This record gives sequence, structure tokens and C-alpha cells, in this order.
Amino acid sequence: MKLLQIINLHTSFFTHIGEVKAVRGISLELSHGGVLGIVGESGCGKSVSMLSVTGLLAETGKITEGQVIFEDRDITKYTDKQMARLRGNEISMIFQDPMTSLNPLLSIGSQLTEHLIKHKRVTRGEARKRALDMLRLVGIPDAEKRINQYPHEFSGGMRQRAMIAASLICRPKLIIADEPTTALDVTIQAQILDLMKDLRARLDTSIILITHDLGVVADICSRVAVMYGGLIVELGPARDIFYHSRHPYTLGLMKSVPNPRTKSAAKEKLKPIDGQPPDLFKPPPGCPFAPRCDYAMKICLRAPSPFYKISEEHDSACFLNDRNASVTAPWGKEGQS
Amino acid sequence: MNPKPMLELENLRMYFPAKTGLGLRKPTSFVKAVDRVTLTINAGETLGLVGESGCGKTTIGRTAIRLYDPTGGRIKFDGQDITRMTRKELKPLRKSMQMIFQDPYASLNPRMTVGDIIGEAIDIHGLYTGAERTEVIAGLLERVGLAGDHINRYAHEFSGGQRQRIGIARALAVEPKFIVCDEPVSALDVSIQAQIINILEELQEKLNLTYLFIAHDLSMVKHISTHIGVMYLGRLAEHGKADEVYENPKHPYTRALLSAAPVADPDAAQAQKRIILEGDIPSPIDPPPGCRFKGRCAYAMGKCAEGDPELTDLGGGHKVACSLYV
Repeated sequence: MKLLQIINLHTSFFTHIGEVKAVRGISLELSHGGVLGIVGESGCGKSVSMLSVTGLLAETGKITEGQVIFEDRDITKYTDKQMARLRGNEISMIFQDPMTSLNPLLSIGSQLTEHLIKHKRVTRGEARKRALDMLRLVGIPDAEKRINQYPHEFSGGMRQRAMIAASLICRPKLIIADEPTTALDVTIQAQILDLMKDLRARLDTSIILITHDLGVVADICSRVAVMYGGLIVELGPARDIFYHSRHPYTLGLMKSVPNPRTKSAAKEKLKPIDGQPPDLFKPPPGCPFAPRCDYAMKICLRAPSPFYKISEEHDSACFLNDRNASVTAPWGKEGQS
Repeated sequence: MNPKPMLELENLRMYFPAKTGLGLRKPTSFVKAVDRVTLTINAGETLGLVGESGCGKTTIGRTAIRLYDPTGGRIKFDGQDITRMTRKELKPLRKSMQMIFQDPYASLNPRMTVGDIIGEAIDIHGLYTGAERTEVIAGLLERVGLAGDHINRYAHEFSGGQRQRIGIARALAVEPKFIVCDEPVSALDVSIQAQIINILEELQEKLNLTYLFIAHDLSMVKHISTHIGVMYLGRLAEHGKADEVYENPKHPYTRALLSAAPVADPDAAQAQKRIILEGDIPSPIDPPPGCRFKGRCAYAMGKCAEGDPELTDLGGGHKVACSLYV
């Protein structure tokens, strides 16, 4: 049984100037213990798709089509009350900004024990004991003192550890981490990523990591979904995505970050992707990347590409993978199927 | 030909009052944002300044072009000592030094047209008027890859990447020699970052600009810089040629910083030996005596607590401030 299945999910925001189709039909699966990275640029729908899964969309947002199956339950049909019972308990989230996602008026301890008391019906004393264990597990020194402190007394990295502790305390089966290290310095980011890897191995929690940082993905994810313009454009094992990508957007993304190993003498110019991402008020009828794609064909502007199976686990939504493609793909002709 | 220094900082100090007593009493403690920093940037070079938040890299950039009045030390710009110059004396020099800011949403006035944003500096320095002014502004917009007829639009009509181009055009308007780029791409999407970096590189080539490039993205800094300075808690920990610092980092902090930087390559990421630093950066208010890094350093020894090590040249201009090399 899969832990999570997202089937043809569509999410829109209904604003006073019209409908923004933020997620336009994505499907993916996550098995127990997996780490899936969702990569893409701002506005590509990566955060919205995961907020849809957890039922945390803003009031104007709505799932217009599709299903989210958690274990064997269709949670898109859940009431708010049922979702509240699931959230923090079986699925929990870690947000980008640890400065704003903790309540400044509550001590760290009460923010940690809140979930336990609510979901697991344990006594206050027991909850406090578990909260202390959890703080120690995420590497917060002097936990007995720290548990009574308030978020402003914590540094950024410490707050993110506290957030992770809060999200783990009910032993959820799935953690959705939305840019968990983006607001942190690199040395602190390294600490947090290390911690997440270690905890995943120890507690067997599955992780979905939303990020725009390919370096973070390379470090921690076993599978990667690349999103663009509200769609998943490529999905597969991390190594396949990094070394054998079959989508021009993924390739473009890789080429626009410098490789720190090249010597300045051998330095090449970065290859940016020209143009802008699509306007999701009126999403293009074809492939969302086609207007910025060097390899776009006529068909790319007319219809979105279906998924082509590159290998058992690797799919790419790009017409260049078709045997009849009129343009030679950057990865050559031989791979077309 | 000997390289001509564009910016020379000598023992630069910039302290901000942290706690003041009541009323007119003197401040009782200071944030030592920049403490005795000495470095030189030669004309046409790019110095990348890296370090964690709060290490003083932005303060160096701002003090170097006298947006702050330094607490101590000396700043020489293009051969002139500007440390204690008055506003009036500085004005003609202001043309030569410009700044590009991190947040393209906050750094452009939403009530001004793009033409006026770029034209403001031209007006202040009385460079061009009338039709010539319009022509120059249109030319600047084209130079950064925007259309000349965008001149009457407002900032909100542009995307983040386009706004940053406007910010660059504004900096170029007065034909500067030296530009402080304070995290110019960190608010932008990955595919757009490369566009901006390429523009900065092209402009440098064409106009022989000197950059002080402040960033925390180490691979981007490596890409654009000829030299790199690593800062820790207000002090310069290491300074040298970009390749040297990256391939042969000497300071334990530089090593940790480089090893912590994520690499967009799964195999390399697996192979990478991470040096995980324990703890956080200490407060710059009354920093610990001795070496400021000693609390997180794996090599800390007795003498690290005694004196704050000064930058020592290990040869070839590769300088490091660490007791391991004394």
C-alpha cells in the first residue's frame, strides 16, 4: 500500500479578478519511508499542491478536481474536523520561516505538548516528558531550560529544530517540509538537513520536501518531481533527474546554477532560461514551458505533453521524448520512444 | 602593469550602539558589526564577500561607500581618503560608487515611473536634461535587456527579475566605477538569477566596473568573483583569490562553510564530507575574547582564547586569520 497517492489534483484560487489555476492536474505517489523532493520556481504550484494535501489552503483556494489518498482514505472528502485530527498527528508540516510559524506568546514547551495532549490524550506530565525527549532528539542542548523559553529566545536554527520537534512529536507517518532551510544560513542548513536524514532513518517517517534549491534535493531526496506552471513536468529517481534528465526545463534549471568545481580560468557563462514563467490566470493550452523552450515544436504550443515513460520509474512530460518528434532533443535521438 | 586599487579598507571599524543609558548618557555596549577589517579591491576585480547572516558583510558594503560613518579605520576610494569627508565633499564621488540592493520589491519606489527611478540620480548630479535625459534612460533600459519604451511604467508592472534589471540600470545611470551588489540575486528564482549574473558580468567587461559582491550563495560567489573574503562575526577570516580560497581553504570556518554548501549533484553530495559546525554564531555584542570562532572550532587550542588572530599572508595574497598558521 502506498502511503500517499495524489491523483489528478487541480487547485484554484478564486480571486476578485478571476480564477488562478495554481495546480492543474498533478499525480504522484509516495511509499513508506521515501523522501520525495518537489522542485520548482515560485508560483509553480509546489506549495499549493501540498497545502491542498493538508487541507491548509487559504479561504479562496479550492481543490476543483482530483483525489488525495492517504493510506487508503480519500482525504479530499474529509470534513475540517476530520482533517484537524489528521494534521499534526499523521501528517505534519514544517514551514519555511521558523520566525513566523511559532506562536510568540506561547512557550516552546506548550507548543510542543499541544499536539500530544490534543491528539494522543496523554497527561500533561507525560506530554512534557516526551517533549523533552524530542527536544533532545533534535539536538537542542539544555532542554530542561529551553522548554520553558519563548521563541524569541531561540536563534533561527534552534527555532527550526523546535519546529521539527513539534512536527515529529506525534510520530507522523508523513512530514511535508516546505522550504525548511531556505531562511537559514548554510552551516545551519547543513545541521538541519543532517538532522532530517538522521531522524528519517530512525523514525521511519516519509518526507516530502518542497524546495527551489537543487543542492538540497541532491543531498536528501531519493525521488524528485519537477514542477512548472502548475504541472509536474518530470518525475523520477534523483539520480535519473540529475544525470539523465529528459525535460528541457529540468536541464535548463541545472545549467543555470554554477558548478563550484570549475576553475575560474575554465569558467563558462551561465545559461539562463530566457523569458518568464506563465501567467496562471490564463495558463497556456500547450506545454507551459514551450514559450521559453529552445526545442519547442508546433505541437508543444497546442496541447500539454502526456507522460512518456523513460524507465520504470522515470517519466517526462515532453513531446521530445516521442519517436516522431521533429526536433532532436538535447539528450539525442536514441532515447526517444 | 600594477593593478590600481579601487577600494582600500584599513582597520575599518563600524560599531552600532546596542544599549544606551537613559537620556543623554553614552551608549553602554556596541554591536561590533565590522571590526578591524583590512582589504583591497583592485580596479576591474570582483570581491565576493561571504559569511552567515549577521557577520557584517552588508555593513562593510555600506560603510565602504560611506552610507554609514565609520567608527574607526580608513577608507580610500580611487586613491582618495573618504573616511571623514563631508556630504558636500562626497557628492561628486557618489557618482563613482553605486549600490544594487537585495530586494527588488522594496528598493524601487512604487509611486515613481521607471524613468524617474533611473533619472533621479541623473537629475541630482545634473548630468543630462530634456530629450537627452530620456534618450540616456532608454539606452540604459536596453543595456539591461528591457525595452526603451518601458520608461513610463511603474515598478509593479514588472516581475522580480525585471525589477532587478531596473535596479541595475539605476546604478549604471551615473556611470559608476564601483558597485556594491548586496545579495542582488538571492530574492530571485534560480532560472532568473543566471540572467542577472550574466548581465552583471557583461557590464563589468564592457565598462570595466569593480564589484563588491555580497552573497551567501557560495557557488554563485565563486562563479562571479575574482577574489573572495570570508567573514565571521565582524572579522575577515580569510581572503584570497577565488580559486585559492575554494580549492585550498585554510581557515577552519571557511572549510566548514564550503563543506556545508549544498551541491546540485547527488553523487558529489553523497561523497561530500560535511563538517557540521555545532552551535550558532555568537552575538556580535561584546563578542568573546580571543578568536571569535573558537567556540565552534574543532581545532581550538589554548592560544585561541588569548589573542584575536590578525590576517597573515601565507603567500600569493592568500591571507588567513587563524592561530593554526602563526
